[in-house]
Amino acid sequence: MTDAAISVRDLRVSFSGKEVVHGLSFDIPRGGTLALVGESGSGKSVTSLAIMGLLPQGIGRATGEILFGGRNLLGLSERDMCRIRGGEISMIFQEPMTSLNPVQRVGDQLAEVIRLHRGLSGAELEEAVLEMMRKVRIPAPEKRLRQYPHTFSGGMRQRIMIAMALACSPSLIIADEPTTALDVTVQAQTLQLLKDLQQETGAAVLFITHDMGVVAEVADEVLVMRHGKVIEHGAVHDVFSNPRDPYTADLIRAAPTLAGARPEARPAPEPLPGGALPAAAEACGAGATVLEVRDLKVRFPVHGGLLGRVQGNVHAVEKVSLSIARGETLGLVGESGSGKSTIGKAIIDLAPRQGGEIRVAGQRIDYRDKASLAAMRRKVQMIFQDPYGSLDARQSVGSAILEPMLVHGLAKGAEAQERMAWLMEKVGLDPARAGSLPHEFSGGQRQRICIARALAMEPELIIADEAVSALDVSIKGQIIDLMIGLQEELGVSYLFVSHDMSAVERICDRVAVMYFGEIVEIGPTPEVIRQPGHPYTRRLLSAIPITHPDQRGSRRPILTEDKPSSPIKPVGFQSPPAQWGRLGSDHFVRCEA
Amino acid sequence: MLTFILKRLGFALITLICVLTLVFLVVRILPGDPALVILGDQASPDSVAALRDRLGLNDPILVQYASFLGRALQGDLGNSMVTGRPVTSEILNVLPYTLELTFAALVLGTVLGVPAGVWAAVRRNRIPDYLMRLVSLIGLSLPAFVAAIILMMVFAIHFGWFPVISAGNAETLTERLRQMALPTLALALIMMAYITRVTRSAMLEVLSQDFVRTARAKGVSPSRVVWTHALGNCLIPITTVVGLYLGILIGNSVLTEIVFSRPGLGKLILTALTQRDYTLLQGMIVVYTLMVVVVNLATDLTYGLLDPRIQYK
Repeated sequence: MTDAAISVRDLRVSFSGKEVVHGLSFDIPRGGTLALVGESGSGKSVTSLAIMGLLPQGIGRATGEILFGGRNLLGLSERDMCRIRGGEISMIFQEPMTSLNPVQRVGDQLAEVIRLHRGLSGAELEEAVLEMMRKVRIPAPEKRLRQYPHTFSGGMRQRIMIAMALACSPSLIIADEPTTALDVTVQAQTLQLLKDLQQETGAAVLFITHDMGVVAEVADEVLVMRHGKVIEHGAVHDVFSNPRDPYTADLIRAAPTLAGARPEARPAPEPLPGGALPAAAEACGAGATVLEVRDLKVRFPVHGGLLGRVQGNVHAVEKVSLSIARGETLGLVGESGSGKSTIGKAIIDLAPRQGGEIRVAGQRIDYRDKASLAAMRRKVQMIFQDPYGSLDARQSVGSAILEPMLVHGLAKGAEAQERMAWLMEKVGLDPARAGSLPHEFSGGQRQRICIARALAMEPELIIADEAVSALDVSIKGQIIDLMIGLQEELGVSYLFVSHDMSAVERICDRVAVMYFGEIVEIGPTPEVIRQPGHPYTRRLLSAIPITHPDQRGSRRPILTEDKPSSPIKPVGFQSPPAQWGRLGSDHFVRCEA
Repeated sequence: MLTFILKRLGFALITLICVLTLVFLVVRILPGDPALVILGDQASPDSVAALRDRLGLNDPILVQYASFLGRALQGDLGNSMVTGRPVTSEILNVLPYTLELTFAALVLGTVLGVPAGVWAAVRRNRIPDYLMRLVSLIGLSLPAFVAAIILMMVFAIHFGWFPVISAGNAETLTERLRQMALPTLALALIMMAYITRVTRSAMLEVLSQDFVRTARAKGVSPSRVVWTHALGNCLIPITTVVGLYLGILIGNSVLTEIVFSRPGLGKLILTALTQRDYTLLQGMIVVYTLMVVVVNLATDLTYGLLDPRIQYK
């Protein structure tokens, strides 16, 4: 294996004597890309830290061989590793928001790595920095290099990280979940950029991810890890076409499938008389309406000036109307900042409303009336993204489930205890563990507890705000199945807020697409995905990774870098009335002027 | 930025007026007639009445208040009841000594405390860490005057390296520094104890953050990671403690000045207290308030220099 950029032989990593990676071997040829796939705790990130020599000192220990440039990296001193790190092997991390030093100028952070490994200084150094910033397509680099990281968006920060990683022409780049924290359209741009630059420099890439869609896009070879062991290793086509291990097959199936299909011919919407969204668009199908939102507006004031007067408003949610029938799931999709979470918060009074009407189970909610609020809180429950943060660490899970029943006086004493045990069983937990504290449960189990707590109120509607986004792929599937099962049994409705199209595809009957505070398209999930009517929906769907490497090149992401108009509007601004068109019996799309 | 400073100065003025009002009221509430207090029990009723008239004590209270406030805002805090000299000039005469001492202690405490804290954090749970934690615990629990007395007994009396009394009458710079050395050290030790603790905990938190890992992955040497990347992010909590502690330091300097018989606010306040010089005390309360307000404003403005994310509105 002389043409291998890196050869790893029987790598074993242990923390305080406990082995977490059990004998890992692989080669990456020059210019090749190996995808290291696994869920949290599989040992994939630990492997990358072992290669970089960045295992926590005194705790982490690696044995085996990591052959790079004819040397075994595991035998090198800290001094020698400092020369290799950032120069010959570089790394891109998952969290662009926190991976840059907040108090140093972006240009200086980029310059540091070039000065260290290429020995440039002065005007030459600045020119090299500018060249890298242009390469990763940062607009106005001369101005940007003097700015601090907080003025950069997540995608721009990740491009700076990529610039740092590529600045010294490394022969190996380790990319540890580089796009996981980014919106799909930004992810598509970032992957494209990484691919282009790899082709230019001929660097080998070790791509660490849990997302098989991304693997299908970028990898030559795939290595699947679970619990520190290799369970599958092969060329990307073989693995996708004939996965040997059922776990690999599960991971592949977890990728969004409908969205992977090529959008059918672009349909022309039939303009609606008057242009307004008809009530029929919301009053969906038969059965009672559980939630009805009309012209909801949420604005956050922007203060400024000497006296801190309101100078404008952030239009977070603008004239949003939607409704959900009993037993139905409505998906609310969009990218970060689109206002999708704010809608859920406005309904349960966690965000201010500047206008609009909200009806729950036919009753209009008066947010100034305590009784009306209490009634709403009984009927509407919420599940949040972070199951770690949304449970009190010092409260037993049984008591967490009991609390809402006792507070609202739904049940008392033995009856409440009985109901709590029943709920725990319903969500697949052993009622005998009611006395345990949240930290004794895994992430997936904690989300089950949150669901049980929400169900304790016998709600009509559960707002699930990115409820499965933080979970591993296999756990995510289980939680979605649980939610669907509970819906069938109890008839509860969901407002499912998510940026994750694979989850939306599986659970949502209908989906509404949000773009800068407004709904631009709403309709049955399969129709919206197969026949997206709005340009933004098309762009969003085109950015979702493919599901099989054979589809490479079949679908070009629509990469636009144009900046949308600012959501900050002057005081008194009125948005023009929306013009709606009809695409199907209950598939509606906004017609852009 | 300018708006922020103007706003804060506005707040400072309000704080000052509140303190002045409080000081005005306290003297009126005190038992006994101020004129009687000044002249003593043996004074004749005539002279008391004359003094009352001269002090304006016969005017309605609102008129007294307005004229007191007006004069105070112009820098006139009245005359000392004992010496008869203007309070402002009495304070200004000794203020430089206290400021000099406080500032020297601040610098020395920071210069010693920050590296000690960094060292403890980097060698966490090893001997240097335990050592620094022990030293700073002693520093925190030792009252300022105890440290001062111990230092004086060891270095001034036993070894004789430094003068026992630093009377502020030094002719040469070396002599002046020799006189300042022990009081400065006594104050700096306590300052250092606080700074070491804060630096250590801030550093431990920063070292576990993502951008530190990024810097390591860039091939930056471990020591450079600590001293440039990490320390730059520790400066905000350190500045907070320095700013908060500066107020306490001024208070502690009172005791230290007394131990070393150094001129300064400490000795002045002691004199004023023992002689019941109410006007002088009033003036000193106002001056202390002013100093704390200025230090707070300076701390807030320093934040902006240290962290580009902070913007003043």
